[in-house]
Amino acid sequence: MTQYLLSVWHAEGDAMPPEDEIQDMYTSVEEFNEELRQSGSWVFAGGLHPPTTATVVDGTGSEVVTTDGPFSESKEQIGGFWVVEAPDLDAALDIAARGSRACHGRVEVRPFQDE
Amino acid sequence: MNTPAHGEVEAVYRAAFGTVVASLTARFRDLDLAEEMAQEAFVEAVRRWPTEGVPPNPAGWLTVTARNRALDRLRRESTRQARHEEAMMLTTPEDPRAPVTSVTDERLRLLFTCCHPALAPEAQVALTLRLLGGLTVPEVAAAFLVPERTMAQRITRAKRKIAAANIPYRVPRDAELPGRLRGVLAVLYLVFTEGHLPSSGEAGLREDLCLEAIRLARVLRELMPDEPEVAGLLALMLLTDARRAARVDADGTVVTLDAQDRSLWDRAMITEGHELVRACLRRNRPGHYQLLAAVNAVHTDAPTAADTDWAQVLALYDQLYAVTPTAVVALNRAVALAEVEGPAAALPVVDRLSLEGYHPFHATRADLLRRLGRGEEAVAAYDRALELATNPAERAFLLRRRATVAHEVR
Repeated sequence: MTQYLLSVWHAEGDAMPPEDEIQDMYTSVEEFNEELRQSGSWVFAGGLHPPTTATVVDGTGSEVVTTDGPFSESKEQIGGFWVVEAPDLDAALDIAARGSRACHGRVEVRPFQDE
Repeated sequence: MNTPAHGEVEAVYRAAFGTVVASLTARFRDLDLAEEMAQEAFVEAVRRWPTEGVPPNPAGWLTVTARNRALDRLRRESTRQARHEEAMMLTTPEDPRAPVTSVTDERLRLLFTCCHPALAPEAQVALTLRLLGGLTVPEVAAAFLVPERTMAQRITRAKRKIAAANIPYRVPRDAELPGRLRGVLAVLYLVFTEGHLPSSGEAGLREDLCLEAIRLARVLRELMPDEPEVAGLLALMLLTDARRAARVDADGTVVTLDAQDRSLWDRAMITEGHELVRACLRRNRPGHYQLLAAVNAVHTDAPTAADTDWAQVLALYDQLYAVTPTAVVALNRAVALAEVEGPAAALPVVDRLSLEGYHPFHATRADLLRRLGRGEEAVAAYDRALELATNPAERAFLLRRRATVAHEVR
């Protein structure tokens, strides 16, 4: 079994979907999450507040430096993620496809290092 | 046992490499190890076969030798010990003369792993040529005219992704198979077309790549005899490559189909290709490659260019467009239409296609304009085609045609 990070990405300036679509999305994501729990693939998942709420902390120097904003200045920002357990990449890609459909967003699949 | 002739060890090695890598990957689940040990087994063969003779089952000998070396390596390396404990505990060195069971299935698994859609297309091609084709890294690099270091990194990165992301080592399930098989066929066809019509470099043709693609397509056909598209792809490659000797003249200029010396065509390849196309027709499950093969069967069936059954070609392109409705297919269909109904009928069809950056589009337009006596427009279209074409043999042809038309205009 391999664990995968399934992250959902949004481009800055993507139009906010109308309220009823957001409600649909919540419902379908909750259904999808339940499927994951039932199938035993579920490890963890969560949706994030917008990147404007992020803070970067740098503790690599002698003093801790704290700055406002997300780490990456790129237009694409992570909006949420799942951590799932799957027998192989094909199984993870299949989960990601269903997740992408549920949350109306593109999903990046990335393997965790073995513990 | 017989003493190998010059080059025989290499030929055997090239043919067996994929089998050895596949068998070791199935056993140890480690592509790096499989590749390295296959290489070492070859070194061993080069050392021993000239004096001891080629064993009766060379692929089996190489597989067992590579496997024993892998086990030795794993015994020595304590870091890998945990991962490979099982493999080690189960096995004692084997007698390299012992027969080896069929590994065809494992080669198929390896092919689907190399052509996994999670890998970049250029990595799929490189891995397939390296691990199944047995080309060395410098050979793969030379084939695609990239620096050796770049190619080595590309292959290493792909293997690392296969291991880290846990890309499965198996033939996809039935539900996924059609889509995944399309990917595998696309990789093999890409290798072939790069050989048939290199996009860069000095050579107008890369025979070695064509032959390698045909060899891999034969392997795939042997492994999946019931897939008509596999037979179709093999037929397409055979019927295209059969014309190789006539395709480029002594000056390195492309010779178009109508002007080729048909006595130079390879009859054995054509016969084999025609048989495959007939077998596909009997199955009646037409697909992209089968239809392209059928078009080539019509061309290779005609004793002279004038005998070509263009109505049949046009009908096949109609079918192909139904399967693959792309502008490129529409362009090729228009070429057939020009033969059936004349260039005046085809030109407006071509003009409607948006293929501005595709040199065959401009070359086709140029030819139709030339035949319609619109010389100045034809010259402009040849110029545009020449701006885009990179293959030297094609460029030479376009330059010659342009010069002839320009002369007539003056």
